[in-house]
Amino acid sequence: MSDKTADRVAAATPTHVARKIRGLSDRAIAWIFVAPTIFLLLAVNIFPLIWTVRLSFTDYKANRINREPEWIGLRNYERILTDSDIWLNMQATAHFLFWTIFFQVLIGFTLAWLINKKFKGNDLWTTIIVLPMMLSPAVVGNFWKFLYQPQIGLFNYIIAFFTGKDPSSFEMLGSVDLAPWSIVIVDTWMWTPFVMLICLAGLRSIPDYIYEAAEIDRASKLRQFFTITIPMVLPFLMLAVLFRGIENFKMFDLVVQLTGGGPGSTTELTSINLKREAFEKWRTGYASAYAIILFVTVFGLASIYVKALNKVKER
Amino acid sequence: MTYSKLAGAGAFMIAISGAASAVQAEDLTLCWAAWDPANALVELSKDFEAQSGHTMNFEFVPWPNFADRMLNELNSGGKLCDLLIGDSQWIGGGAENGHYVQLNNFFDAEGISMDDFAPATVYAYSTWPKGTPNYYALPAMGDANGWFYRKDWFEREDIQAAYMEATGEELREPQSQRELLQIAQFFQGREIDGKTVYGAAIFTERGSEGITMGATGALYTWGFKYENEPGSYDMEGAVNSAEAVEALEFYKEFYETATPPGYTNAYMGESLDAFKSGQVALAMNWFAFFPGLYADPATGGDKIDFFVNPPQNIAASTLGGQGISVVSYSEKQDAALEYIKWFADPAVQAKWWELGGYSAHNAVLNDPGFVESQPFAGDFLVAMEGVQDFWQEPVYAELLLAMQKRVHDYVVADQGTAQEALDKLIEDWTEVFEDEGKL
Repeated sequence: MSDKTADRVAAATPTHVARKIRGLSDRAIAWIFVAPTIFLLLAVNIFPLIWTVRLSFTDYKANRINREPEWIGLRNYERILTDSDIWLNMQATAHFLFWTIFFQVLIGFTLAWLINKKFKGNDLWTTIIVLPMMLSPAVVGNFWKFLYQPQIGLFNYIIAFFTGKDPSSFEMLGSVDLAPWSIVIVDTWMWTPFVMLICLAGLRSIPDYIYEAAEIDRASKLRQFFTITIPMVLPFLMLAVLFRGIENFKMFDLVVQLTGGGPGSTTELTSINLKREAFEKWRTGYASAYAIILFVTVFGLASIYVKALNKVKER
Repeated sequence: MTYSKLAGAGAFMIAISGAASAVQAEDLTLCWAAWDPANALVELSKDFEAQSGHTMNFEFVPWPNFADRMLNELNSGGKLCDLLIGDSQWIGGGAENGHYVQLNNFFDAEGISMDDFAPATVYAYSTWPKGTPNYYALPAMGDANGWFYRKDWFEREDIQAAYMEATGEELREPQSQRELLQIAQFFQGREIDGKTVYGAAIFTERGSEGITMGATGALYTWGFKYENEPGSYDMEGAVNSAEAVEALEFYKEFYETATPPGYTNAYMGESLDAFKSGQVALAMNWFAFFPGLYADPATGGDKIDFFVNPPQNIAASTLGGQGISVVSYSEKQDAALEYIKWFADPAVQAKWWELGGYSAHNAVLNDPGFVESQPFAGDFLVAMEGVQDFWQEPVYAELLLAMQKRVHDYVVADQGTAQEALDKLIEDWTEVFEDEGKL
């Protein structure tokens, strides 16, 4: 059937085109197919990156079209790396990144492990758990803003119910101590299902005969968990950590809706700060240098991580 | 010529004139913030449409996104807006970056005199460099930050007696910033009609300009100055003067002791909500909202009254308001200028005030019936005599965001001292002016 189709296509090709193609090597044909993608990649990714690197060495401001940008060398980089406020933003980002990943992996894996047990209503529970990640981050941000409201918020009332505190005696979004945790809670609520799904895929990929062999060898359930389940799910788990790490490093919408970076600059993550520099203060050159620093950081960390992931997979 | 030929010629002339006016008629777009006065302007502009044959379209953006959206539009040379009612701080950038059309020749040709408008509004909304006779906008909407309160609560005998007992003073419209705080503290957490109420709704917003607009309301009355000498960019001792430190400490105390719980990121909308829901006794907000507040069935009418930002060392209010400019990228500048000419007319200005807009035209403000025309009209006049504005430099956004950060860090996040916040603010601003080559 396929031969007949190929014959029909070949017969339908105009003679002059067929002659040209016949003269091309396989390599040339491969290039013809790949070239549009490469061109798009260069235009959309590589060129802007090179342009950003160039801008990062200038004092260019996109809102000052009449002003000639000056070449200022490494000054932008020096300013950023010696700015204590930016290091505080980095710390806020690191706090957010570490704790969201920690909780999402912990809860996500536990949920996957429970869901993987065959029980009645299993599919229904999976659907319910997955719901939060189907919502828009902006909606989730607004929604939780109301939940955290000290006077009418459900979250405060639940905490008050268990602790006996007055609901309006603490402010999740307004307190310097609690605000960083409030954004961790919301992101964990929203994205734990994603980690759960990946872990579930990992758990379901473990063949039953391995557990059966372990049973025959009289390995305890705990031993099976640590020597079979964890090692075999680990590559999946690491992949989930990679995805969540990259996503949360550039976290913007959810936190802007919740706290706007406040109180003060307590939850001003690097992406929020970068947006302010680039599109509110219009310090384009400075923001370019900032973006390059962040890019190198993420790229470097991700490369190391991917190498580790490959090693785990090879085991 | 027969009668039928005459009729035919007449019909031809009518058709020609109709075609001519159709050619001249333009679709104009006016951009502004989405708020109460914008609705009044839509209503007002119907007269312009009827008179000129042009069609008016409106692009209103909510305040938190207004600057982002419109400055992006201007910076990219966008043609969305033919007319823009831009914030007062944009005038420097609008002029220097070529976004706004200079209006001097047009004003001269059309006999529009800036002497016909309140001097404070001309200075703030129209001129660049500041105070020079180079006009880039016509004062469109006078505004200042003022206060309103629950008059019905203030008049209740039980509350008056409780206030007297608590403070030894009479409960009245505050005459100073300290008295304002004292009243707000008195109401904080008080039970009124079985409901817990709070002192005052003030501006604490972090993202755009909120906390700066609120805190400067206190800073200006203590005597805060941006520079030791205007135009010198010499800020040491002015921005961080002892008076400025005291004022910022005052604002922090206000936030900590007299605002509703969770009031950490509040601006215009939150202030209106807090007041209309009966949550607070007092609130700060722009005069632009006062007509709507007065008309509110639940908390307006007899239940509300208004007052100017109370003085401390001096009388001063934070300036709001905007001028109307013609965008230089517009292809319909002639029609846009026609709108400005129409808008500058005293009769149109009178109707503007009547509909809920704040005219800055002397013919309206000096009218003998003006003070009595609205319960807040007199306060508006007083406020406009003492208004002070933020930097209007082309780099105002950098200056503003630096102040937002330093003030919010200190007032809401409780980090450092007022002295440190203002010292750091000078460092930030110095860096900005150095980059601009002004220092």
